Amino acid sequence: MNSERQYKEIFTECREMIDSHSAAVLNMLREKAFEDFSRLGFPTQKVERYKYTDVASAFKPDYGLNLNRLDFSVDPYEAFRCDVPNLSTSLYFIINDAFCQKVLPPVTLPEGVIVCSLKQAAEEYPEKVSSYYGQLAHTEEDAVSALNTMFVQDGLFIYIPRNVVVERTIQVVNILRSNVDLMVNRRVLIIIEENAQARLLFCDHAADDHHFLSTQVAEVFIGENACLELYELEETHVKNSRFSNLYVDLQRYSMLRHFNVTLHNGLTRNRTDVTLSGEGAEANLYGCVTTDKQQRVDNNTLIDHRAEYCRSNQLYKYVLDDEAVGAFAGRILVREGAQHTVSEERNANLCSAGGAHMYSQPMLEIYADDVKCSHGSTVGQMNEQALFYMQQRGISREEAHMLLKFAFAGEVIDAIGLEALRDRLHYLVEKRFRGELSRCSGCKLCK
Amino acid sequence: MIISELMGHSSLWIYVRDMKEIDKKENKKDKTAPGEEKNQFVREVAHKKYEYGFSSNVQTEIIGCGLNEDVVRLISAKKEEPEWMLDFRLRAFRYWQTQEQPSWAHLRMPEIDYQAISYYADPTKGNKKGGPSSLDEIDPELMKTFDKLGIPLEERLALSGTAVDAVMDSVSVKTTFKEKLSERGIIFCSISEAVREYPDLVRQYLGSVVPYRDNYFAALNSAVFSDGSFVYIPKGVRCPMELSTYFRINARNTGQFERTLIVCDDDGYVSYLEGCTAPMRDENQLHAAIVEIVVNANAEVKYSTVQNWYPGDAEGRGGVLNLVTKRGHLRGANSKLSWTQVETGSAITWKYPSCILGGDNSQAEFYSVAVTNNYQQADTGTKMIHLGRNTKSTIISKGISAGKSQNSYRGLVRVSPKAEGARNYSSCDSLLLGNECGAHTFPYMDVHNHTAIVEHEATTSKISEEQLFYCSQRGIPAEEAVGLIVNGYAKDVINKLPMEFAVEAQKLLNVSLEGTVG
Amino acid sequence: MLRIKDLHAAINGKEILKGINLEVNPGEIHALMGQNGAGKSTLGNVLAGNPAYEVTGGSIIFNGKDLLAMKPEERANEGLFLSFQQPVEIPGVSMVNFMRAAINSRRKYRGEEPMAAGDFLKMMREKRKIVELDSKLANRSVNEGFSGGEKKRNEIFQMAMLEPTLSILDETDSGLDVDALRIVAEGFNKLRTPETSALVITHYQRLLDYLKPDVVHVLLDGRIVKTGGPQLATEIEEKGFDWIKTGLSAI
Repeated sequence: MNSERQYKEIFTECREMIDSHSAAVLNMLREKAFEDFSRLGFPTQKVERYKYTDVASAFKPDYGLNLNRLDFSVDPYEAFRCDVPNLSTSLYFIINDAFCQKVLPPVTLPEGVIVCSLKQAAEEYPEKVSSYYGQLAHTEEDAVSALNTMFVQDGLFIYIPRNVVVERTIQVVNILRSNVDLMVNRRVLIIIEENAQARLLFCDHAADDHHFLSTQVAEVFIGENACLELYELEETHVKNSRFSNLYVDLQRYSMLRHFNVTLHNGLTRNRTDVTLSGEGAEANLYGCVTTDKQQRVDNNTLIDHRAEYCRSNQLYKYVLDDEAVGAFAGRILVREGAQHTVSEERNANLCSAGGAHMYSQPMLEIYADDVKCSHGSTVGQMNEQALFYMQQRGISREEAHMLLKFAFAGEVIDAIGLEALRDRLHYLVEKRFRGELSRCSGCKLCK
Repeated sequence: MIISELMGHSSLWIYVRDMKEIDKKENKKDKTAPGEEKNQFVREVAHKKYEYGFSSNVQTEIIGCGLNEDVVRLISAKKEEPEWMLDFRLRAFRYWQTQEQPSWAHLRMPEIDYQAISYYADPTKGNKKGGPSSLDEIDPELMKTFDKLGIPLEERLALSGTAVDAVMDSVSVKTTFKEKLSERGIIFCSISEAVREYPDLVRQYLGSVVPYRDNYFAALNSAVFSDGSFVYIPKGVRCPMELSTYFRINARNTGQFERTLIVCDDDGYVSYLEGCTAPMRDENQLHAAIVEIVVNANAEVKYSTVQNWYPGDAEGRGGVLNLVTKRGHLRGANSKLSWTQVETGSAITWKYPSCILGGDNSQAEFYSVAVTNNYQQADTGTKMIHLGRNTKSTIISKGISAGKSQNSYRGLVRVSPKAEGARNYSSCDSLLLGNECGAHTFPYMDVHNHTAIVEHEATTSKISEEQLFYCSQRGIPAEEAVGLIVNGYAKDVINKLPMEFAVEAQKLLNVSLEGTVG
Repeated sequence: MLRIKDLHAAINGKEILKGINLEVNPGEIHALMGQNGAGKSTLGNVLAGNPAYEVTGGSIIFNGKDLLAMKPEERANEGLFLSFQQPVEIPGVSMVNFMRAAINSRRKYRGEEPMAAGDFLKMMREKRKIVELDSKLANRSVNEGFSGGEKKRNEIFQMAMLEPTLSILDETDSGLDVDALRIVAEGFNKLRTPETSALVITHYQRLLDYLKPDVVHVLLDGRIVKTGGPQLATEIEEKGFDWIKTGLSAI
């Protein structure tokens, strides 16, 4: 049986159930998504953007789907303690794909700011949601986005109105919880209006020792002169497969800083599409991957320069151990007329063990002449000279390895503007390299 | 200095100095927009002429258009080939029929009607066994053609130590200095002759580096290849002169299917040059070539190309479709292979001179300058496949795009699991002249061995106003400044060419791009 | 303290050291002179255990232990310090982290507790003065962006931090101007004790004027061909190495 069939069958059979537990705005796009998915099928490795991830086999196993919205009676505060010391955040939880309503502590957000369940938002502000929902995540060209759109019932909605600056970091903790192997389809819609500013921290955790398959499609709209810092931190386990498609649209003179840190995972595939639609917009993408055993991490980015005077900057670093496989494909597209573009892309990889593989594929596609673009990519190993130098100073080879790895990954972490998070990540990454971090650090469940 | 001579005439476009005259001819609508002012030079380039655009009135035997098994048999029969050669062609042809033309390159390829092309044109009609044995037998018109191209076929006219194999359409016209080379055991002749005279060598190596199943165009070439050169350097022999092949497409509606095979045995050395031109025709001409190189232990091969096929006219009509598979296999330990190419011609270039680094400590280099103008499209680069231990490869690619052209670098560096200690350094730079062209880089890195170090860098830039101003303030005119900057930009590659070639390639670049930035 | 017997060593299969015999006692400073390619740096690297060099024969006893049996870091922890001819740049690793790792590794080797952060920083501050290295250094990556002189001073600073018993100075004077040389040499002299020894590899008299070696050796083609007192260095400075060569052929 091919992998697509089970999803097509479930969709056809359970269409009513899916609809009844979701909102009209979300239901509207399902039919088209289904058609697109049926036409596309799961991408084979001949599809350029999925060259390095075998999607069909990831979706092949029989996962449970909580389409009937059974409540997982969980107190996230009991289950989870995300300790970023010295960082006070407005904290929210999403259990699988459901926004956690009941345990919210009294969070005071600036007036007009909304952080809530997507389903709820779609019911309460259908016009607002429908004018954004599905506008960036084109189901006709990505089967994962299509599948997500078919099945999605809930997720997260964040709205920052015009001129509002949200000082406090909004932290959203995604917790995967289940007693069976589970598939989760989560949707995120973020609207940052003109001149507004916010900082979001998404943490992915898997709390149970089951196989999880999650798709997350996030659409982010950043208005003129607005500014968004988005941190994504994945700390799951080897039985987790994550497919995340992030779509960002940037208007005039707006700014995005995106950090994607993969600390612990099973199979991770992050697609990040950033469209610089307005003049002078700026996008900064950073990725830090530390992986080992037989885990896989595939980051695939597209920076689409459509307007003049835009800047983009990408830095992705991988540390691969054991038999881990890493892939980075970053395409910079400078369209006709996007003059005075400045774009830089750098991918550096450290394979520290014999079985680790790295695929690196930077791409520049330029149709305008007044541009400054560059990319660099390296795959290498530890500098023997540096190792010997340290050994000569009495540092053991293992420790020297550690220091070099730490320094290597440190470059990305140092770019994090949020001091408390930066410190925390330095600490976590070091622990990770020392092998002291074998599961989510905040997890209280699967000890 | 044959090569020098060849290149001396090879201004791809004659720069038209009188700008006003151009403006008169120029389409009116382009003149109105104020922003167009700075594209003036770019438009001029569109009016430069291709100096080798003449065609020759040589008596030529051309077989009818179309491709089927009978045509393949006919070509083989005309060349009086042995049975195994025909078998090879037929197998390739049958395979080709099952395949589809690839579409992954960053090219807009016109549809090729393979049945509208003639697969064999012989300008030496009247001679038996493919090539004439003495100069007296060559049609004087043909001699004139090569003289005009700067390739004198009389050995006494050749100035420096370069031996030439001259190929027009499907047949090798003349190979010079054959006798002198054979004194050292070096074989330099047309591939047709080699099939007849050295069947064992050809049979051993033909298709061993590029099998006919390699790709669509390789299969086509293997079925219908016409002529090209064969070089064999015996063990321990350093070839005392540059070897070169000059390719010319003349006849209308014919394809040229060049096939070159170079084998350099243990401790040998050879430097080989390739040049090419074609007449101006309104329709596209097809050139689907295969070059195979075998490098054995401690041997070294340098392969240089100055590709100057007809690029088509300013509106993008005509021009050669240059679809080429070039590959070298570094079989022996400590072997070296270097590809150097200056690509200025062709409407479409689809070409990836590659290296399979099989032998331990083998070293491969790829140096390329690709210039595209008007509606030219180039998708070119290299593949470095590291298999042996401590293998090293270097890639230096410089793309220059002007007019409405599209110029892509596409490269693959693969380090196989057993290639301990492999090293690669790649650098791909693009220079944009004018705002209607495109420059793209698609490097792929597949690293399967953790001891490998693979580095890639790429930049895209234009010649900045500041640089030009600075030069002009020092009294250097803009055109000259562009030349300085472009040559400085392409220097790393040009320097890799043999001396005479380098000087002329530099001129070629200057002339091709003179004044493309205002 | 150090006893080298008939040491042979090679790099890339090529023999460089062809039978070195050398004995260094506590408190002594030995100068090792010789032309380029004589094997001076090879000896320094072999003593420190650089894996690029292969020991093909002979023995080295350091403080009663078999040096050749030890890993590079063990040799360091035993008190052997090599001041590199070309100090290596390590981007991203700060001097503080680098030195702390070095100090604590030695303490661990000796069965001691790691040094408290406050004490460590205080120590850094004090030792820095010895070579007049400024405080910005602590936050910079190891040798990255350092000038030639700074790199050499940084080497002596690390020597001060690690308090070795045997220091090997591999052309520490090369590329230094007079002032920098004075700082480096005086810094080195401040660190001397009756128990510490040094092997100073150099081409020139100038550094030796400061360091006042007890013994001077001349290395030629992988062997020590002449040993003498401090006046030998002066003679070489005046007459050049050819004088030694002619002297040898005369014998």
